[in-house]
Amino acid sequence: MSMTFDDGTFIRNEMAPALPPPTQRIGALAWMRENLFSGVLNTLLTVFGIFLVALIVPPFVRFMFIDAVWTGENREACLGPEVGACWPFIQAKFGQLIYGFYPISERWRVDIVFAAGVLLLVPLMVLSWPFKRINAFLFFVAYPVVAFVLLTGGNINASAFLLERFGLIRGLVGDAEIGGINLVFWVDYVLTALLVMAAIGGLIAALGGSGRSAARTTFWVFLAFGLLIFIWDVDVGLDYVETRQWGGLLVTLVIAVTGIVASLPLGILLALGRRSQMPVVRLLSVIFIEFWRGVPLITVLFFATYMLPLFLPQGTNPDALLRALVGVALFSAAYMAEVVRGGLQAIPKGQYEGAMAVGLTWSQMMRLIILPQALTLVIPGIVNSFISLFKDTTLVLIVSIFDFLGQLRASFTDPNWATPVTLYTGFAFAGVVYFLFCFGMSRYSLFVERRLNTSHRH
Amino acid sequence: MTDLAGPVGGHAKSSFINDPKVRSIGLQLIALIVVIFLGWSFTENARDNLAAQKIATGFGFLDNTAGFGINQTLIPYSETSTYGRAFVVGLLNTLLVAVVGILLATIIGFLVGIGRLSKNFVVRTLSTVYVEVLRNLPPLFQILFWYLAVLSAMPGPRNSISLFGEVFISNRGIIIPRPLFGDGAGIVVWAIGLAILMAILFRHWAASRQEETGRYLPVLWINLGLIIGLPLLALIATGFPISFEVPELKGFNFVGGVQVIPEFVALTVALATYTAAFIAENVRSGIQSVSHGQTEAAHSLGLRHAQTLRLVIIPQAMRVIIPPLTSQYLNLTKNSSLAVGIGYPDLVAVFAGTALNQSGQAIEIIAITMGVYLVLSIITATIMNVYNKRVALVER
Repeated sequence: MSMTFDDGTFIRNEMAPALPPPTQRIGALAWMRENLFSGVLNTLLTVFGIFLVALIVPPFVRFMFIDAVWTGENREACLGPEVGACWPFIQAKFGQLIYGFYPISERWRVDIVFAAGVLLLVPLMVLSWPFKRINAFLFFVAYPVVAFVLLTGGNINASAFLLERFGLIRGLVGDAEIGGINLVFWVDYVLTALLVMAAIGGLIAALGGSGRSAARTTFWVFLAFGLLIFIWDVDVGLDYVETRQWGGLLVTLVIAVTGIVASLPLGILLALGRRSQMPVVRLLSVIFIEFWRGVPLITVLFFATYMLPLFLPQGTNPDALLRALVGVALFSAAYMAEVVRGGLQAIPKGQYEGAMAVGLTWSQMMRLIILPQALTLVIPGIVNSFISLFKDTTLVLIVSIFDFLGQLRASFTDPNWATPVTLYTGFAFAGVVYFLFCFGMSRYSLFVERRLNTSHRH
Repeated sequence: MTDLAGPVGGHAKSSFINDPKVRSIGLQLIALIVVIFLGWSFTENARDNLAAQKIATGFGFLDNTAGFGINQTLIPYSETSTYGRAFVVGLLNTLLVAVVGILLATIIGFLVGIGRLSKNFVVRTLSTVYVEVLRNLPPLFQILFWYLAVLSAMPGPRNSISLFGEVFISNRGIIIPRPLFGDGAGIVVWAIGLAILMAILFRHWAASRQEETGRYLPVLWINLGLIIGLPLLALIATGFPISFEVPELKGFNFVGGVQVIPEFVALTVALATYTAAFIAENVRSGIQSVSHGQTEAAHSLGLRHAQTLRLVIIPQAMRVIIPPLTSQYLNLTKNSSLAVGIGYPDLVAVFAGTALNQSGQAIEIIAITMGVYLVLSIITATIMNVYNKRVALVER
């Protein structure tokens, strides 16, 4: 009750009755009212969304799992009025989709390459694991060399080719082979190396520089190159498998991995060139980058297929896959250069000045101070450009290289599996594979971005 | 010590090879020599190769008869037309896909991008799924899917899906009514142009009036009325000179109307939906880049929700959205070259494909094709730079 005084003052001396509890604020119903049906438009949108889900999801699930055919020998299994995905078709074509026409007895070589790739890539991707430097070296340098030998069979006889074209003493000695090793070539190679070392060292020394260190650099270059020739020349007893027989996921991954391995160093060089103080170097880099970024990859592949052979000396007829690889590598290098440039621009000037102040040379400054920071910053960008490179590998099917998608398309024409659902099964399978690869990579790039962001959250 | 002629501060062993200036000039010389040598050897090799294969050089082939048909031509073209004409046909087809694709992609992209920020759980999830799925599948895969799995699976012309009895969808593409322009149709076209011009002028005038007097005019509605009303008036005045020829099923196929070939539909839809996923992400990040304080400030100034969006949020978001948006437009245009995968006669398929195989003049043809895309890129980049300069934040 309340008291009312003569002058009209009103004093309440008792609690007002409690208001009724608000309409439910928690729980599923309240959530729905707030989020899904808060207004006319919102309700309409919700209904439309649910309608879309009902339109797409149940038929999709039915097609993929419930109505799907799981076992069968040929098309008979998948003929029927209400048949979903024809998974036996994928089973039958699985080898082709993964290896292309790689000889069945040699497929273990591809398996080893796949396994080694995963074994090297996973520790590289887990940020907290140690030995990043040696791991990166193994993945970016050793792995491609070994994979090349395993996949092609090695023994490409580069020594004979080089000897014929550039040999110094071929006329004097003739050919001599001991144990499959081209002795003349190696004698020739060592002689050439010594001569070039002496020439470069002498030149630099005469100009007043350190001739010894120049000669040492030359020595390492020749050693690395010689090692490469040796590994590719040695007959390891594997059959030669020409690239025309490669196909499927193997080709997709070969192009993607070659693209990234080649484009990363090339892209870094181009980015440094674009940021350089030297006008000629800068101009050349800008022209190179903008040219490749300005044209579609298809025209690059046409360029590599039809135009590149015309630019090479007569008689050299590079492999079709190799030509496509060159095109893809140059193309992705230009995009990589822009990603790296973004990282370089994000490094504060103080870092450069600090590095110079402690007396580092330009290459030391880049190697030890700038690039490690810049590259860490742009890991998400690098992964993103790898995703688009992975998606772009499909384009090689237009220049008649059978990658995963090309192989899939070819398998549609097999009369043994000609059913109304073959097409959809194939697209569903390929879609899932591509999605898993690309989505996985994009999640990884997000994860790295979040992990690396912590240091900037002050 | 009075000898200051030597290198200042240089120590005893230092020589001119360590001088940064000398090094830079030396490096640039080496780079130049390498590039010139490569260019020279490429030209030499190309000349030898072309001579050996007896391939003609020069651009004279553009005047030769092409001798192949093209199944979609925006300008008159026949098998007796020249390669030059085939080039123009291909270029126009590329531009057609680009323009239609860009329009579609922008609409879908903005809707999905706004949907990703919606409070509505269903809309938000659907938009996210759309973006993640479409972005993570190769565009060529999507084009082939639309072409082989969707459009080829449509019923034949006799059982085609009909929309309002005017548009027919079948496995031969989409058939739409053909507009027929009678006498006086030109006036209507002029009216449309005049209306657009007047709308632009009116907008300027209204803006400057608002600057002066503070009074606001409903520009959008007036302009909308202008753009719809004026052509409508012209139509009435000239007695509806534009009529439509509705396609009719005769025998096994349609007669009349405009046939949109399935390759075009597949390519445009696939590219538009694919690019829309990227545009949606640009739109989302653009809107999110406008800090919430801006909304709060606008509300506390008394702006209504729609006004806040239109006058405060969107102008600021657009500054972030437009640069990546144009590069997506460029990507769509470049990706339209995937047409060659399904046989849509775009620039690459017609010119770098058929014409190259027939004439064998790889260098000229690929150079022209790449040149076209390069010119498109450079134009876009130039416009972008101008725009960026105009909208860049002016900081103190």
